Amino acid sequence: MNGPKKKLRVATTSLAGCFGCHMSFLDIDERLLQLVELVEFDRSPLTDIKHCGPCDIGIIEGGVCNAENVHVLREFRQNCKTLVALGACAVTGGLPAQRNHLDLGQCLQEVYRYSLGVEGLSAGRVPDDPELPLLLDKVHPIHEVVRVDYFIPGCPPSGDAIWKFLTDLIAGRTPRLSHPMLHFD
Amino acid sequence: MEAAVSTADSVLGSVLEPILARHRRDPVRLLQILREVQETMGHISPAALTAIARALQLPRARVEGVAGFYSFLYLEPVGQYRVLFSDNATDRLLGNLELMATMCQKLWVEPGKVSEDGLVSIDTTSCTGMCDQGPALLVNGWPITRLTHQRVNEICELIRARKPLAQWPREYFAVADHLRRKDLLLNSVLEPGAALRAAIARGAEGWLAEVQKSNLRGRGGAGFTTGVKWEACRNAPGTDRVIVCNADEGEPGTFKDRVLLTSYADHVFEGMTLAAYAVGARQGFLYLRGEYRYLLEPLEGVLARRRADGLLGANVCQAGFDFDIEIHLGAGAYVCGEESALIESLEGKRGTPRIRPPFPVVKGYLGRPTVVNNVETLAKTVLVALEGGENFSAYGTAQSTGTKLLSISGDCAFPGIYEYPFGVSIAQVLEDCGATDAQAVQVGGASGICVAAYEFQRRIAYEDVPTAGAFMVFDSSRDLFEVARNFVHFFAHESCGFCTPCRVGTSLLKNFMDKLADGHGAKYDLADIEWINRLLKNASHCGLGTSAANPVIDTLVKFRPAYERRLQSLEFEPAFDLDKSLACARRMTGRDDPQAHLSSEFSSEESPR
Amino acid sequence: MSAEKKFLLDGKPVTFNDGQTILEAARGAGHYIPHLCWHPDFPAHGSCKLCIVKVGGRHVSSCAMPAKEGMEVESNTPEMNGERRALLQMLFVEGNHFCPSCEKSGNCQLQALAYDLEMLSAHFNHFYPDRPVDASHPDVLLDFNRCIFCELCVRASREMDGKNIFALTNRGIKKHLVVNAESGRLGDTDFAASDRAANICPVGVILHKRQGFAKPIGQRTYDEKPISVVAMECVKATEGAEEVKS
Ligand SMILES: Cc1cc2nc3c(=O)[nH]c(=O)nc-3n(C[C@H](O)[C@H](O)[C@H](O)COP(=O)(O)O)c2cc1C
Ligand code: SF4
Ligand code: SF4
Ligand code: SF4
Ligand code: FES
Repeated sequence: MNGPKKKLRVATTSLAGCFGCHMSFLDIDERLLQLVELVEFDRSPLTDIKHCGPCDIGIIEGGVCNAENVHVLREFRQNCKTLVALGACAVTGGLPAQRNHLDLGQCLQEVYRYSLGVEGLSAGRVPDDPELPLLLDKVHPIHEVVRVDYFIPGCPPSGDAIWKFLTDLIAGRTPRLSHPMLHFD
Repeated sequence: MEAAVSTADSVLGSVLEPILARHRRDPVRLLQILREVQETMGHISPAALTAIARALQLPRARVEGVAGFYSFLYLEPVGQYRVLFSDNATDRLLGNLELMATMCQKLWVEPGKVSEDGLVSIDTTSCTGMCDQGPALLVNGWPITRLTHQRVNEICELIRARKPLAQWPREYFAVADHLRRKDLLLNSVLEPGAALRAAIARGAEGWLAEVQKSNLRGRGGAGFTTGVKWEACRNAPGTDRVIVCNADEGEPGTFKDRVLLTSYADHVFEGMTLAAYAVGARQGFLYLRGEYRYLLEPLEGVLARRRADGLLGANVCQAGFDFDIEIHLGAGAYVCGEESALIESLEGKRGTPRIRPPFPVVKGYLGRPTVVNNVETLAKTVLVALEGGENFSAYGTAQSTGTKLLSISGDCAFPGIYEYPFGVSIAQVLEDCGATDAQAVQVGGASGICVAAYEFQRRIAYEDVPTAGAFMVFDSSRDLFEVARNFVHFFAHESCGFCTPCRVGTSLLKNFMDKLADGHGAKYDLADIEWINRLLKNASHCGLGTSAANPVIDTLVKFRPAYERRLQSLEFEPAFDLDKSLACARRMTGRDDPQAHLSSEFSSEESPR
Repeated sequence: MSAEKKFLLDGKPVTFNDGQTILEAARGAGHYIPHLCWHPDFPAHGSCKLCIVKVGGRHVSSCAMPAKEGMEVESNTPEMNGERRALLQMLFVEGNHFCPSCEKSGNCQLQALAYDLEMLSAHFNHFYPDRPVDASHPDVLLDFNRCIFCELCVRASREMDGKNIFALTNRGIKKHLVVNAESGRLGDTDFAASDRAANICPVGVILHKRQGFAKPIGQRTYDEKPISVVAMECVKATEGAEEVKS
């Protein structure tokens, strides 16, 4: 078969994350040009597409902390042939999950009723606007909510690791991160 | 204020002193001391831990570590009446959970908590060995059997009226033997000392040879040849040999050792003395599970009589050897039935199984060569002494000589103790106990084998279906998934936590089984369950971990539909209940709009809008 | 004058002395078998099970099993490493391991083994236990969230420091460390930062205060070389302590 190969469609998003992994993604620098030869982007902070369409690869940064995250994650799972957890938060829950030993009810109470309430903010009530996504009682890594095909640990994973992973995947090899590229911090 | 502290101190001192003195401030007796403090004070306070540690010259952390290991020792106050419902699969069949819910409701207390007035706490506990007369409970350590709604109501009244246990109706505490089929052992009448004298007449070596001739194998589960074990101990370097009778009987569904200790105690103690004579031991222990605390005084009585008759103590039977037996109580830990964990517990430590080799016969109690034998094994040596090894081995099958006691419970007309020659078919046993509609039998307890109806021609014997004695029948109305889930909970509760695969694996397995039970299971989960089973089997440190997966492995193979029925999806289901995990936020915001909920399934809302 | 005794480790002959375990003999011969609770200065403990190997088709803990003439031992195989990876995953989910904010990161044996065995995720569901931190001691912090129950601190304090600062209590998944004080606080014990027990934790539980993140990323123990290489270099260099100060 000649001619340009059909480009792979890739979507990315950040759930309960800090966009650090996306920044690291951009750290692949000039290789980004090589990458856009091979892929095109669907929903992603890099584009302005609001909903994920059928894709080959979905890349998720961040863990799952609220109802909105669950919806987005499911949208990705439904539309992406291959789903990738990118970075410590997506893989383990990460920093946001360090709230897991606290009681959510007490946290909300503390923040809205007592601390801010005294200042007169929100009149001491927990905001109940239906537009606001409700918080889950714990923050979870994405593999506890949907099936995940690949994991790239790191906080953030290095640009090199992301590049290696993607080029392996695009070339149809089993992605593999060797020693210095595989790290959890 | 200071006066209050010092009175508290002196109250503590006045309770502790006699206990410490009775145990000669011996750190090896730590568990016994803790148990008695618990019995007198209702719980073991931080100050009590400190005082005990000081008196025994042990690090406090070590004392706290031991106290924290055993489920019948409490480091925080519990109810003045401490009610523990036995929660074996057979108690479940008899509706124990319903009865417990009734009691909790009547006494205004949540399971696992202490009532506000400190009067009562109610919880479940692992099988208490009353499966043939359940549902059963323990109140402050004393068993009550044959619970009914009426009995539960009466108990609630007694508790509300704060009646001391001693004034409760005696019949509550009656424990029946239910001897249904007697054979060699149960029919034998032992004139105390007769077996011992027969053995002594043969000489120690001759007696050991007789045991070897009998081909008697251990009745505690592993089926190790008793003569070989005894000889290994006899030949091990060292002088102070020890005989331990394993009466921990923690395997769910097993209660035959309880009956032997109730009505055949002389057989058991004589068997221990026979073992001592064969290996040259001076010291013996009966390790009695905490659940059988009520047997302590009667057994002490038998020991005292045997001492008075010259069958224990110095110069036993005037044959020139000394041997005596001491009873140690456990405190709610199934793993202490494993012989090396049992020895640790006897030494006053946490019941953590040791690295083997070295085996107890070489290095056991306090490093001494130690024989650990099951109650039934020891009782059977009496038959060998009386009838001779050859006669004994004429019974049963080639590889499984003699008879076996079965503890039969569950869906049958006549639960109780049945003694059969080895080789009896499961079908035969079912017929005898009046189980007309059996779907499956769990042979050997939670760690044993689940035998399905198509296998009922299989035989009870080491070479076919081995068993420590449990035989739990489940009829066609029962859900074998729920039975397996009950056993998985048991193992997670009883794991000692020493090794990674069992400590974490049993809890993971429990969570998966609960997930399936809650209707959130997926095919994906079955794969994980099978993977955890394999890790448990392969990597665990002791038999608890290696057999913890058995109930699931067996039922997955033999009753797979019971699992598949529960699968919500063929692919993947979240690890937790999504909607439930929004409940707190819903409560805090007062919201209940559609956006405030999450279905557990994918739905159209997630597809591209 | 008896001939050298040998067994086969993944097909390669390894000589051993009587009384040596499989792991010790392998290590002496320059072969790494993963381990966490084993330490050259102590008798085998046998709890982590990372050192499992197959001998004649049966799984055994190589740190505790005496080597025997002619044994055929399988260790570095996909099967064994797969099971080891799962054991690591169990250790990760039962505690709270958030490496990016852990002072031990880069010097942690659990993490390093996870790298070496290519553990990319924890796979199982996290327990997220609630384990409070003890900061009561002036020089040492205890972050129990990362404990793997190797009992090295317990053993070192008992056997080397003669202090018995640590012990385990409860059981099963609720098992946890306690310190030797009625208050339960390390600050109320005679623990010292110079104790052997303060310098032996393979993970990030027992941490020296004011020393965190001292070494920059790139220079930490396992940044450049995997644990299988570092451990074997240690054997050659010192024939001793393997733990590293963070
Ligand atoms: C978790 C576990 C629990 C056990 N519980 C008991 C028990 O309650 N009673 C018993 O006799 N053996 C029990 N055993 C078996 C003992 O370790 C040991 O093999 C037995 O007491 C030896 O006695 P025998 O040779 O007379 O059978 C248990 C083993 C394991 C692994
Ligand atoms: S298998 Fe379970 S009970 Fe046995 S040592 Fe390991 S954790 Fe303890
Ligand atoms: S102890 Fe090790 S594995 Fe755990 S968080 Fe710290 S660096 Fe990571
Ligand atoms: S604190 Fe560290 S050394 Fe002590 S048991 Fe836990 S992991 Fe091991
Ligand atoms: S190193 Fe062998 S069990 Fe931990």
